[in-house]
Amino acid sequence: MVVSTAERSDDERLADLQFGALADRTRRDILRRAHEGRLSVSALAREYPISLAAVQKHVAVLERAELVSKHRVGRESIVRVEADALAGARTALDRLASDWQGRIERIDNILDEDEGGS
Amino acid sequence: MPVTDVKKDLDALTMTITAEFDASAERVWELWADPRQLERWWGPPSWPATFVEHDLSPGSRSAYYMTGPDGQQSHGWWEIKEVEPPNRLRIEDGFADDGSFNEDMPGPSGATVTITEAGGVTTMSIESTFPSRKDMEQMLEMGMEQGMSEALGQIDALLARTPA
Repeated sequence: MVVSTAERSDDERLADLQFGALADRTRRDILRRAHEGRLSVSALAREYPISLAAVQKHVAVLERAELVSKHRVGRESIVRVEADALAGARTALDRLASDWQGRIERIDNILDEDEGGS
Repeated sequence: MPVTDVKKDLDALTMTITAEFDASAERVWELWADPRQLERWWGPPSWPATFVEHDLSPGSRSAYYMTGPDGQQSHGWWEIKEVEPPNRLRIEDGFADDGSFNEDMPGPSGATVTITEAGGVTTMSIESTFPSRKDMEQMLEMGMEQGMSEALGQIDALLARTPA
């Protein structure tokens, strides 16, 4: 896929936001906890010696960086890890391609054995 | 390497890989149709596959498990969608907890296999598609090595895509 210049600068802007978001230890910790299970903002707030408002601020920074998304469930606001779409797609397809490269190599080895045997 | 082409479409979440083999189309088909031969290549050497059920006929379901280095088992299934021996096969494949369908697992990915023979060389291409981004992400998380958090994986992905 050809990545256009415009797309690239968007990517870089997002990368700036993401690196900024991840530069803070509490936010990295929130990201890890959110990955282990979907957590509500209030549950997260109980984990840190900081105010609910401060936690909400951290979550907002992660949200702007597209690292997490918030979903309303009843009265709770649930924080969910958002795998970055494009980077995620690339990693997933790379992994799929490398799985298949391995399979094709094994198929080729089996076919080589046929020739050796005949 | 027999692989002649790999294409990835990030928008359509599709990967297409093409390979050439010095064998007939029938011989290559056999590697898909015969479970004992399929087992020799479906899983990586460290996670060999065992097919418990496998019959390439439309509507049929294959069941297999892969056995890891510590004896742990990972179950998977295929649903056979289209069969035109020895040229075309379309399957859906997915994961299962214990061989049965599980809604919590990522949705099945689809694979279309095309096998054509010309001048003694057989070209096989596999087009594999993730059903949705959600399923793809779930699949990624499942594939993550133990102890490696998603957060760290995301940092890796970020670094990989930052222009040098």
